[in-house]
Amino acid sequence: MADARDLLVVGAGPAGMAAAWRAAQNGLRVCVVDDNPAAGGQIWRGGPPEAQVWFERIRSVDVEVIAGARVFEQLRPGTLLAETTSGVCELSYKSLVLATGARERFLPFPGWTLPNVMGAGGLQALVKTGLAIEGKRVVVAGSGPLLLAVAAYLRAHGGNVLLIAEQASAMQLARFAVGLFSKRTQAFELKRQLKGVPYRSGCWVSEAHGTEKVEAVTLICGKKSWRVDCDYLACGFHLVPNVELAELLGGEVESSSVKVDAFQQTTVANVYSAGETTGIGGLELSLVEGEIAGLAAAEKHDAARELFPVRATQRKFADLLNRTFTLRGELKHLSTPQTIVCRCEDVTLERLKRHNSWRAAKLQTRCGMGPCQGRVCGGAVEFLFGWRAESVRPPILPVKIESLMR
Amino acid sequence: MPETVTLAVNGITVEMPAGSHVSAAILKTGTHAFRRSVTGEPRGPLCGMGICFECRVTIDGEQHCRSCQTVCRNGMDVRTDG
Repeated sequence: MADARDLLVVGAGPAGMAAAWRAAQNGLRVCVVDDNPAAGGQIWRGGPPEAQVWFERIRSVDVEVIAGARVFEQLRPGTLLAETTSGVCELSYKSLVLATGARERFLPFPGWTLPNVMGAGGLQALVKTGLAIEGKRVVVAGSGPLLLAVAAYLRAHGGNVLLIAEQASAMQLARFAVGLFSKRTQAFELKRQLKGVPYRSGCWVSEAHGTEKVEAVTLICGKKSWRVDCDYLACGFHLVPNVELAELLGGEVESSSVKVDAFQQTTVANVYSAGETTGIGGLELSLVEGEIAGLAAAEKHDAARELFPVRATQRKFADLLNRTFTLRGELKHLSTPQTIVCRCEDVTLERLKRHNSWRAAKLQTRCGMGPCQGRVCGGAVEFLFGWRAESVRPPILPVKIESLMR
Repeated sequence: MPETVTLAVNGITVEMPAGSHVSAAILKTGTHAFRRSVTGEPRGPLCGMGICFECRVTIDGEQHCRSCQTVCRNGMDVRTDG
């Protein structure tokens, strides 16, 4: 595939789709590549009705979509390598948009490694891809607006949502509710869908119980602590941007997000980034950032500028969102010395505590060196110890030996 | 496109709606431990989106496949290691 596309978009979620649509509309030859088996990202997995307008927009322009391909390496500037089931493909481009989205932040607590303890978005993704949740007892816990969306989704699919435990305090949430003005309709709709489900603020899971899978959880709310039997615990603490690919290409990262200019360009020329990758802000912000990136890549800067006010409004909401769901200090003390922090290498808290940087911990304990490459424990050690990964090295995802030896 | 697909998980036949992922099929058979960790703990899916690698299983003889990112196909042979 020596023939370079004008624009390559990595990530077929809302930001990537918006970028691809705007660029193709303006005459660029666009290719979108995504690790998942289908386009839509996490939020539009399975192509829900509200996303149809965007799927239709993508169909209305000439965009090549390569699904099931994970980008793992840069062959040379302007060419990325992706592994697919049928081998490695070279993806050459003149401009690039990184719309790699975000993942959930996971925090360790006793029992969090038990089967059926999943991310909130994690359980939702499983249900979207065929898991029957009907009649199953689910505790939804952690932090962030995703908890509400997940609980509503699970309930709509017959799940017995016992409780939503949000770690943020009632006071923090009240300020958020006032700022939610622009999202009023969505908020009311969620409230309607969740009627009868207890929503506890200042509440979190301190332990998951079970042997072969989770059977119950202990919840803490103020001075009160109680046990709830359940089939699943869906627990995630807001989101963390996926910045690995941007870092591999030399893009600067600031506050765990990819740094971009007014036109969504990263610190690397002709490499743009949009959506959660540049900071957690939700669907609307992702879409408008994607549109700006796509227009800028097509050199339609005036058209891009027209979207700046929309983005500014959405960013204000994003700031409020991230302030509201700041993690409370108590969550740093849930683990016992024997609690596993790095699930790939089974590294306990006790072993990590002997070190003063992630680098040292990695060298001595293999923390963050398993298949997930620190994507799970990274968000935890950042919160627990303030450690950040110092560098990213290829391949940025585990790939087959033959993919590396090509 | 057929409405359902039929595959085998540890020799147990399971029918899933077309488009389902392997992770959901495994859970449907009552298997919760997809693999054992390096110290022998049972593990199952965590992230559901291909980043945590906790749901990896053997599919048609190929090891370390992320079951949450793999769409079920007719005749698939899935083996867990839990």
